[in-house]
Amino acid sequence: MNINFTLISQAIAFSVFIWFTVKFVWPPLLRAIEERQKTIADGLAAGERGRHELELASHRSSDVLKEAKQRATEIILQAEKRASEIVEEAKKTAKEEGDRIVAGAKADIEHEVFSAKESLRQHVADLAVAGAAKILRREVDAKAHADLLAAIQEDLK
Amino acid sequence: MASETELTPSSYIGHHLTYLTKQVGEGSFWVLHVDTLVTSVILGVLSFGFIWLVVRKATPGVPSKTQAFIELAVDFIDKEVKNIFHGDRHALVAPMALTVFVWVLMMNTMDILPIDITAKILENVFGLHNWKIVPTTDINTTFALALSVWFLMLFFNIKVKGLGGWLHELFCTPFGKSPLVWILNLLFNFIEYVSKPLSHALRLFGNIYAGEVIFLLLGMWAATGISGTIFGAILGAGWAIFHILVVTLQAFIFMMLTVVYMSMAHESH
Repeated sequence: MNINFTLISQAIAFSVFIWFTVKFVWPPLLRAIEERQKTIADGLAAGERGRHELELASHRSSDVLKEAKQRATEIILQAEKRASEIVEEAKKTAKEEGDRIVAGAKADIEHEVFSAKESLRQHVADLAVAGAAKILRREVDAKAHADLLAAIQEDLK
Repeated sequence: MASETELTPSSYIGHHLTYLTKQVGEGSFWVLHVDTLVTSVILGVLSFGFIWLVVRKATPGVPSKTQAFIELAVDFIDKEVKNIFHGDRHALVAPMALTVFVWVLMMNTMDILPIDITAKILENVFGLHNWKIVPTTDINTTFALALSVWFLMLFFNIKVKGLGGWLHELFCTPFGKSPLVWILNLLFNFIEYVSKPLSHALRLFGNIYAGEVIFLLLGMWAATGISGTIFGAILGAGWAIFHILVVTLQAFIFMMLTVVYMSMAHESH
């Protein structure tokens, strides 16, 4: 239990081990740990950035969605308006066309009636002349009484 | 032990507490405890070599389990140092704390090896009759460490504060600048400087030496017969389990004191 040369030898061994640790053990390990800390810090920062960007993107997407909905509503309204316009126009056109057809038909009918009347009148005049001729027999010269016959025909109109 | 014809308690204990010595010069100081030196150097080379092999290939990416283990230990020590020491700890103090902790822990742990079995192996395989396997039960080891720290402390005191600053601190703290208390201050500081290495070295030595002696005393139960041997073995196992705590705690305390002393040398009052 006495102090002797062992103390000095142990002190030398101790200083060699300290030197070794300071020189070869501590720096590489510290470097590795610090580098890893940096990597982790970078990763965390990147994650945070990603989260922020996701938030922005979701904001943007909801904005876009809202706008699209609004546009769709506008388009639907316009389309409805246009559709009712088309229907109105079609109704109007159809009515005009119908009126026109009806008017044409009426004119035709009148014309037919008129020509029927005309031909009937001709027939009646002819019949009347024929009847008169039969009654009068030879007394009546068609040529001599042409003006009279024409006057009768004119009266029958 | 085998060569001794008569085994008495005192010869048993004496045998286990005898160093393998070598005379390296004239006088009682020039004696070398070969067992202490060789064991401690082997332990140091093994542990620091192992750590070196791991950190040489240390990667900043995903660490291997071994690297993670080393990193845990280093990180633990680095945190303790960071709390106490407020300079550039990476230059010396933190690696020094690592050295102290690992080396002292390894030397202390030798205490847990079964003394008689290792003694038998050393004697029969290596032909070493006296070989103390726990370097920290040698007061030379603990004083070597404590005095090395003490000299470093003096060195950094003078380096950081300057010789004048340090002398000023010796005379003017802790009681003040008045010339009346210079002598008292100096006396106080003197006692402090003497007590630091003493308490530092003797705390470690006392704890581990006492643990060793208790193992020896428990080992002597074997002299009382079979039941005594079993009883002694149970007690020895219990003491060994408790000693795991003592061994680690003493290594930790030794390291902490080292860091505290180094920190005090760097900071003025």
